[in-house]
Amino acid sequence: MDNKERMELAQWASDFAIKKGASQAAVAISRSRSVQVEVREQRLETIRESTENNLSLQIYRDNKYSGHSTNNLNKGQLEKFISEAVDATAYLSPDPDRELPDPSLYPADTSADLGLYDPAHAGVSPEFRVETAMQTEQLLRQSYPELLSATARFSDNAVESVRVHSNGFSGEQRGTFFSTSASLSVLDGTGRPSGSFFAGGRFLSKLPNSDEVARKALEETLKQLGAEKIASGRYTMILENSIASSLLWRMFQPMSARNIQQKNSFLDGMLNQAIGSEHLTIIDDPTLLGGMASRHFDGEGIAARRRVLIDKGVLKSYLIDNYYGRKLGMTPNGGSTSNILMAYGNRNAQQIMEGTRKGILVTSFNGGNANSTTGDFSFGISGQLVENGKIVKAVNEMNISGNFKNLWNQLIETGNDPYPYSSAQTPTLAFRDVDFSGL
Amino acid sequence: MAGTMLLPSMLSGCMSGAASPLGYRLNDYLNHFGVTTRMIMDVIVEGLSRGGDYCDLYFQHSISNSIALEDNSVNRAFSNVSFGVGIRVLNGDQTGYSYTEDITPQAMKSAARTAANIANSSARVRVMSLAEKQLPNYYRINTPWEEVSINDKIPFLQYMNDKVFSLNPSIVKTNVSFSDQTSYILFANSEGIIACDYQPMSMINTSCVAEKNGMREQNGYGSSGRNDVSFFDQANLDRIAKEAVESTMILFDAVAPRAGEMPVVLGAGSSGILLHEAIGHGMEADFNRRNESIFSDKIGKKVAEPFVTIVDDGTTPNNRGAINMDDEGNDVKQTLMVENGILTSYLHDRISARHYGVEPTGNGRRESFRHMPLPRMRNTYMLNGPHKKEEIIESVQYGIYAESFTNGQVRIGPGDFTFYVKQGYLIENGRLTRPIKDVNIIGNGPRVLGDIVMVADDMEMSEGGWTCGKAGQGVPASMGQPTVKVSKITVGGVNA
Repeated sequence: MDNKERMELAQWASDFAIKKGASQAAVAISRSRSVQVEVREQRLETIRESTENNLSLQIYRDNKYSGHSTNNLNKGQLEKFISEAVDATAYLSPDPDRELPDPSLYPADTSADLGLYDPAHAGVSPEFRVETAMQTEQLLRQSYPELLSATARFSDNAVESVRVHSNGFSGEQRGTFFSTSASLSVLDGTGRPSGSFFAGGRFLSKLPNSDEVARKALEETLKQLGAEKIASGRYTMILENSIASSLLWRMFQPMSARNIQQKNSFLDGMLNQAIGSEHLTIIDDPTLLGGMASRHFDGEGIAARRRVLIDKGVLKSYLIDNYYGRKLGMTPNGGSTSNILMAYGNRNAQQIMEGTRKGILVTSFNGGNANSTTGDFSFGISGQLVENGKIVKAVNEMNISGNFKNLWNQLIETGNDPYPYSSAQTPTLAFRDVDFSGL
Repeated sequence: MAGTMLLPSMLSGCMSGAASPLGYRLNDYLNHFGVTTRMIMDVIVEGLSRGGDYCDLYFQHSISNSIALEDNSVNRAFSNVSFGVGIRVLNGDQTGYSYTEDITPQAMKSAARTAANIANSSARVRVMSLAEKQLPNYYRINTPWEEVSINDKIPFLQYMNDKVFSLNPSIVKTNVSFSDQTSYILFANSEGIIACDYQPMSMINTSCVAEKNGMREQNGYGSSGRNDVSFFDQANLDRIAKEAVESTMILFDAVAPRAGEMPVVLGAGSSGILLHEAIGHGMEADFNRRNESIFSDKIGKKVAEPFVTIVDDGTTPNNRGAINMDDEGNDVKQTLMVENGILTSYLHDRISARHYGVEPTGNGRRESFRHMPLPRMRNTYMLNGPHKKEEIIESVQYGIYAESFTNGQVRIGPGDFTFYVKQGYLIENGRLTRPIKDVNIIGNGPRVLGDIVMVADDMEMSEGGWTCGKAGQGVPASMGQPTVKVSKITVGGVNA
């Protein structure tokens, strides 16, 4: 089935739901095909191939709402599935805000090429996948012969999807994704630290080569040797660019319209007010060419537009989906984020470190959580102790704790080094006076 | 194929005339998936056609339903139906895996050929004739969820909502969600095993937001297990509502503990997350087979005081981690990971058991037919010890008592693990004093095991809806523990 046939099936399913009694319907159909190989000790450890189909259906029946999904796209089966779904919706309570988005929110034109599909995907052979992973694993072994375990992986994925809404929207999207990664374990006293490097992107030609993947995985591992916890105290925290997005995601939860409406957000009432230092600017840009999360429309069909979420510390926008936007009386602008960009500074991680008297370079989070109602957070970390501009030793088994209302005001610098292998292109971030717990 | 089974079961009354799936026999499962034993054996032969030494097929049809209440009304419902077969071929420690959502001989053979590519030799193993394996029953239910209509479930949510609001006037928002899931499993392998299983699961979660003196707090409580509708009686709903409200209101009085190492007392029940993270994952034998775990060289060695015994158990009835067979056809059992302080057994799947030359422990589990099995925990708990809860608390000058948890994590190689304390108390001069909240705890698995200095006699199982994540797969798990004292561990807090 190609996207044209999927579109016909989605249109039929939407029409059928209306015929069975739905007031409105939205249908999305997708197919995802992926292949992953994993190599250890110069042998294939696993090959996994998968093709996944999905049809999801949202039913609006006299302002009552339900959502359903199935992987069986047989029309005969779908007739029964849709009929039952429409019938079941009748049992729910009506809610005046349950309607499809207003058609004015849909994109006027989805023809622009966002650069999400790599035609090279069709030519990726089983031999290429295995050879790539074999080469990476071999390089790892050669670079550190006393390692305990080394693994290299390669995967590729292609997704095609269509979406049809009964009030006048249809759109399709397709994209590819490739990734190459390596991890290794080494002995360090009684511990066995492991490090890894992962790089992913929409175009095969933009992936780093095996040399770089193996070298970075080795670096990530060796820098943990001798790690131990150090004294509790307040330190400057330098957050590595590859993991800085973890803290950003925690800010998007309290920015969601649902959490605002449900009184479950410490950012309730903070629109157009300062919630961070002047260094904090966050932009959500779904229009980025070749972006990992670029799109013409979101999961509700709402047109994707570039938006400034936080501007020099001032909260400029919530993430407003259709339903909770209606409940709050706010115009929906899309309830989910896409590619995240920040205002970037002038120095890289090394330069920021060199200017730090006493700090901890955090290179990995280990568990922890945050409270979106109050802003409280507490996370496990590991990283490097920095003294007088130099890395002194590896640290682990420590926590950082505090409240986001304070932490983002403690942001003193952003790096000039956005992380390229994620939809969140976060730079190195530096915060002053963060509470670390150790000894 | 039994087409009606592909429908969402929200209305379920529509299934009139069908025999209860609780009484299904092997032939019913074969009919359900539209396959025969001959067809299955042909696919297995195809899977072994390039020299693999083992092949299995995992058919799954799962139906999940959920409904949710918000702003006083049950105004949303969701359902999902998933249907397919996963085909795995092993060649020693190597795995080829493929699946198809189209259960026809052609599609299954095509997937089998893909999985077969893990091997490349002329060797051929003999495919055994299929004989049914009889399973025990650890899911003691009387009513399948397909026979419970959406109309029967809505009142649970409305009752819970009203109860929560009645318990405290400071509550301003309540969310209640209810979900049930049913999986039909048919398993067959090249060693001649064919077996079928009917796996139920249900979960209710209640969360509330309260306002007091211009402050807001949110918390909740949930219960999950392989239960049927009879679990959701008034007493259980009342208990869950009360827990949700009390666990929210106490947060208004919470203070932050000091940052640093201190004694930590873990309350009975869901503090079993300590075992899950500090030792459980590190004992999964795939990590050890690869030399990646901090426990890789510790079998037979003393890792804890003699009063510490830790098990992983798939046989606890109706428990979220209970399974009648694991997801690769092995018997489940109670597996002793630590017996009287000595590290005893890893948690094995078929590959690791073969690697170590031991019997599988029934820990081979997978998220669905789309995933290959891995060694995973089921229900992990510590047996009772010689101490009393009161004497444990009295023994602490300054520390924390951790009562409820939201999540945990571990780094397998270094052994650093964490868990997040949603709510607990300070212990000052041997007494529980002020509440604490939102505190992460971090420690090192082997060191913390050695630092367990007291274990009480009040073991409780957690009823929380825990889902364990590993390698991109989530499986239901559970845990339990008596009250335990760890002599020192790092607590996230504030520095003076």
